[in-house]
Amino acid sequence: MSILIDENTTFIVQGITGREAVSLTRECLDYGSKIVGGVTPGRKGRVVHGVPVFDTVEQVVEHDGGNVPDGSVVTVPPGFTKDAVFEAIEAGVKLIVIVTERVPRRDVAQMVELANLRGARIIGPNCLGLVVPGVAKMGGIGGPARNTGQAYQPGSIGVMSRSGGMTTEISSTLTAAGMGVSTAISIGGDAIIGSAYAELMPLFEADEQTKAIVIYTEPGGRMEAQLAEWVAENDSRLPIVAFMAGRFMDDEAMKGMSFGHAGTIVEGKEDTAAEKIARLQEAGIPVVERIDEIPAAVKEKLAERSAA
Amino acid sequence: MRFFEYEARQIVEEAGIPVTKYGFTRSAEEAAQIAKDIGGPTVIKSQVLTGGRMKAGGVKFADTPDEAAAHAAAILELEINGHMPKGVLVDPKAEVKQEYYASVVWDGTRKQPMMLFSDMGGIDIEEVAETHPDHVGRGHYSNLLPVSDFQAKQTIAATGVTGRALTRLTPILARLARLFQERDLTLAEINPLAELSDGSFVALDAHMEMEDEARPRQKELLAKLEIEDDDTRESHEPSPFEAAVSAIDAADHRGVIQGKDTGFEGNLGLVIGAGGGSLTLTDAVRSQGGSPANYSEIGGNPSVAKACGLAKLVLQKDGVEKIAVMMSIVSNTRVDIVARGVIKACLELDKDPGETIAIFRIPGAWEEEGFKILDKYGIEYCDRSVSMHEAARRAVGNVQDEGVAEPKAERG
Repeated sequence: MSILIDENTTFIVQGITGREAVSLTRECLDYGSKIVGGVTPGRKGRVVHGVPVFDTVEQVVEHDGGNVPDGSVVTVPPGFTKDAVFEAIEAGVKLIVIVTERVPRRDVAQMVELANLRGARIIGPNCLGLVVPGVAKMGGIGGPARNTGQAYQPGSIGVMSRSGGMTTEISSTLTAAGMGVSTAISIGGDAIIGSAYAELMPLFEADEQTKAIVIYTEPGGRMEAQLAEWVAENDSRLPIVAFMAGRFMDDEAMKGMSFGHAGTIVEGKEDTAAEKIARLQEAGIPVVERIDEIPAAVKEKLAERSAA
Repeated sequence: MRFFEYEARQIVEEAGIPVTKYGFTRSAEEAAQIAKDIGGPTVIKSQVLTGGRMKAGGVKFADTPDEAAAHAAAILELEINGHMPKGVLVDPKAEVKQEYYASVVWDGTRKQPMMLFSDMGGIDIEEVAETHPDHVGRGHYSNLLPVSDFQAKQTIAATGVTGRALTRLTPILARLARLFQERDLTLAEINPLAELSDGSFVALDAHMEMEDEARPRQKELLAKLEIEDDDTRESHEPSPFEAAVSAIDAADHRGVIQGKDTGFEGNLGLVIGAGGGSLTLTDAVRSQGGSPANYSEIGGNPSVAKACGLAKLVLQKDGVEKIAVMMSIVSNTRVDIVARGVIKACLELDKDPGETIAIFRIPGAWEEEGFKILDKYGIEYCDRSVSMHEAARRAVGNVQDEGVAEPKAERG
């Protein structure tokens, strides 16, 4: 099992004729994903790695005998992202991965609100998508199929990360430790994202394959506090281990600066690395200092659970 | 980006929220003229993008135009928290009956904007929220539906405000909520929002911040406020290093590089990436006892010239002995191209790459090609089996060994 996608998941790529979209299409197809069409307005009739290109999402549905694709990977420029996502949601697509960076917050909030109204889910923006090792991936996560295979082996750990690159680094560490990954999700680096940790936890909770969760976190925002609250309110069977990057941002000299991702801007006193670490630890989530400490920390938490 | 108060007031005024008859100027003479036109006592306020103006002496009261000119002259010369004022705002000294607080911010958890209102204005809202929670009203509103006045009314009424004040404040808060959305703001704050002795309700101070990502579609507003494209309103002036990195990045569309050195003073130059990887590696170097000379980010697939340019700038920084070239596992970045770039940087500066590069740890596609080049120059490298922290430890060790072998001359 897995969460969000499986071997039968079909999806489209919006903005498929863009340079990055062309390579992510190749990578996903090579990995075994089912891409049923692409959309770029004005480019109907083209073909990208065997995937037919259309002007509208509606045309893809028509071409596929009325079947609405399960998902869409959106790679259009920031000024057009909201329109593309609205188009997918209104066509009935239920899982939308937004790769695009620098989408204004108001647009993200509008997309998320429409998705909520229509029962759709958004991952991202500013993310690399998600992968179910050995089964399928949706987005550029892990890179070419061969490299994705090297870093991501099937296993029992669910990974959620605000950094796309670190999703792979952590998963590779879990793979090397023989633990493997159930589903890994690059949730996006912006201040407002479609699915934060706490919003994905119920899905992992329901996934039998997943035995523990590893998250990658950063300063900025309240999503770690939200996760801590979720853990306190739900009697989850899943132990969680966190890694916090950007501790140096707590230095006085770094105040008011953002590093790495747009979402790391510290807007309140709850947003600092130190504050988040304290909150997570209070909720029983150990925060490790090094990536290479993650496998041992997960094993320890699992052992605690089975002893209890 | 943050707006100056005089700009924020203009934004508020255009949204139909009443303000006092104020004037902005960069000269003391003009300040006197504005004070004369206002007639009566005035307040002279420094226009700086930082808080704590009052404490720093950046806000002064004047009874006459001459006094206004004298205060303006002093304030125009007064640096506050490292910022020189852009000018002064001359405002009538208002006779305030009651101060309120009104703002709109993003609630990232709910993913909706939230109105905040208090009948205890003029002071820090976080403090009011802690000490008098019943005096703070909150109201979320939809991103999709138009803002209705009743939502503002509810938020205000929650604090116990009723009567004429409620009916006069409601449209002001509703307009602020609409303004927040229409102008892509991340903070829209009026504090104090005052009822004056003549019964009018006006914004006496305004603080507005707009999302950088939205600048392209807010061009019209920015043009009206005479804010140029290159006026980025960063919290600090870019250092020469930061400006030089930006210039190299802008010169070539392949890949993205960023560099910062404000607040960094170490001896180990960092040529690192990408977003999360750079945060992790900067922490890793520090936790291993190292002292980074800078922060950097390599993203996407940069050209040899770009990687070389970044590495050269880092190597040319004062006090930098060696560079560590490290990234988390990459999928798009060509490892061999980065390797070529950093080696070229060393050679162009007449440095031995094997001595200068403390460690090279970029696992990913094309790593075999990269390793071949690194071998040729005797550079210490590692693959993904060596963790990011272990790589950082080796880099720090290589810099410190160097320090022992060739102690730097103490400055006399």
